[in-house]
Amino acid sequence: MSALVFVEIDEKEVKKSSLEAVSYGKSLGGDVLAICFGDLTASGIEKIGKAGANKLIQVKEEKLAVPNIMAYSTAIAETFDQNGCDTLVLAKSSLGDPVSARVAIKVGASVVPNVSGLPEGSGEMVVDRSIYTGKAVAKTLVKGAKKVLTIKKNTVPILEDGSAPEVVDFKPTLKDEDFKVKVTKTEKATGEVLLPEADIVVSGGRGMGGPEKWSMLEDLAKVLGAATGCSKPVSDMNWRPHHEHVGQTGIKVSPSLYIAVGISGAIQHLAGVNSSKYILVINKDPEAPFFKAADFGIVGDAFDIVPKLTEAIKAKKD
Amino acid sequence: MKILVCITHVPDTTSKISFTDNNTKFDKNGVQFIIGPYDDYALARAVELKEQHSGTVTALNVGEAETEPTLRKALAIGADDAIRVNAFPSDAFFVATQIAKVAKEGNYDLIMMGRESIDFNGGIVHSLVGEMLALPSISPVMSLDIENGLAKMTREIEGGKEFLEVALPFVAGCQEPIAEWKIPNMRGIMASRTKPLEVVEPEKVEDGTSVKSFELPPPKGDVKIFESDKIDELVDELINKAKVI
Repeated sequence: MSALVFVEIDEKEVKKSSLEAVSYGKSLGGDVLAICFGDLTASGIEKIGKAGANKLIQVKEEKLAVPNIMAYSTAIAETFDQNGCDTLVLAKSSLGDPVSARVAIKVGASVVPNVSGLPEGSGEMVVDRSIYTGKAVAKTLVKGAKKVLTIKKNTVPILEDGSAPEVVDFKPTLKDEDFKVKVTKTEKATGEVLLPEADIVVSGGRGMGGPEKWSMLEDLAKVLGAATGCSKPVSDMNWRPHHEHVGQTGIKVSPSLYIAVGISGAIQHLAGVNSSKYILVINKDPEAPFFKAADFGIVGDAFDIVPKLTEAIKAKKD
Repeated sequence: MKILVCITHVPDTTSKISFTDNNTKFDKNGVQFIIGPYDDYALARAVELKEQHSGTVTALNVGEAETEPTLRKALAIGADDAIRVNAFPSDAFFVATQIAKVAKEGNYDLIMMGRESIDFNGGIVHSLVGEMLALPSISPVMSLDIENGLAKMTREIEGGKEFLEVALPFVAGCQEPIAEWKIPNMRGIMASRTKPLEVVEPEKVEDGTSVKSFELPPPKGDVKIFESDKIDELVDELINKAKVI
């Protein structure tokens, strides 16, 4: 038995969600091969080994420096077949999702997105799959000898007891058709914690009053190493960019802690956060529906509470 | 330009989710079904593109007879005709196979759908269809313009967006703000009743997955409220008990 894990690299560092995927692969019980595209720091390679990979296959082609869904899929399918793998594991992402589907067709595998648990029992594979935006789970039977699983964030902890992986270079056989889509430009926030990757999310709603009030949330996010998010009205009013919109039609997050400030908690917003481990709600309205979905709450003025909370955390962490 | 828009027939976003038959079936009791919100964006943009470039929009659903009112709504919004593949949409691979077959036979220039369905949230059908037809697939698309057979798009990625160019044909999984949802007007509703809706039988394929049972997450415990002058206690709880910061 051997699992192949697609590891995503961001600015030469391995993405945390990909390390979770490596550890998921390891827990399947067989060998774990990881494949990545582009340069990676030495500490990144070490982390991949610790998380459970025996071997790291590196593709260093210049023309694959910008993520290319079709070419990556071709390369991953080739690796999967060459190494006789039976399972491909990926982290759910804007790259992982399309690659999972394309590789599944190329290698003739069954594909399950949004996997939220390890396989149960032995014999046939049954995994939990998150559905209805986290409001339910489908116990899903994965048929056939070859499988592709896309893992939701925070499904498994990252292992840290593995040893250094064997590193090999790989030159995939690419086709012209793999380069049909041209990425002409990429706009990306730099130096910030990415929302879908974040362990803690600090989110603001209409109750914040205006985009100029966000520095207060950014300060809190900074002491926590958190990402910032927002509700749909906030991104609709262009107070914040769309890629920060958390909810049914935005980003679904599953952090360890979700802090909601001035968000009433409409059902469409809750759909994006209900996989969070803990939810802290700060709202001046004690009747705000969000409190019913929260673990912790403070009723009061955000402009008074948030700076105090930031200071209190800073004091305890120092 | 021939556009195929694939729509899902899904429970309204505010529906209470529960299951029957020993947790093996979704409980439709009292649930209102709608066009998937993301598919609604795809449909709205498809109708706009048709107006700009002339052509046709075909709405497609893989589903049983009960989904026809949803397809009629797509016709009322502006699709010219509709196709229903008469089958229960058992898994993404099965649905993608049906879409790929219709798309191939109809020789469409553009295949659009939502980024994901809001019931199973897989978000892979567009990529499966793309791979089955050896076409590019792009998702989630936030803007889409077409000039001389070349599509220019923005795609949302973690923390930002990509600007992309691809020649037709291809598959697009759409999301806001690609277009504003269109609300059918009376003329559209009247016209939808007589627009063609073709029912075709599915291609027989083995699905790759099946649901053994459904489960609801355990109920949430009560919220622990801290007084606004007891922020230290909250921080202590987060650090020492919840161990999340």
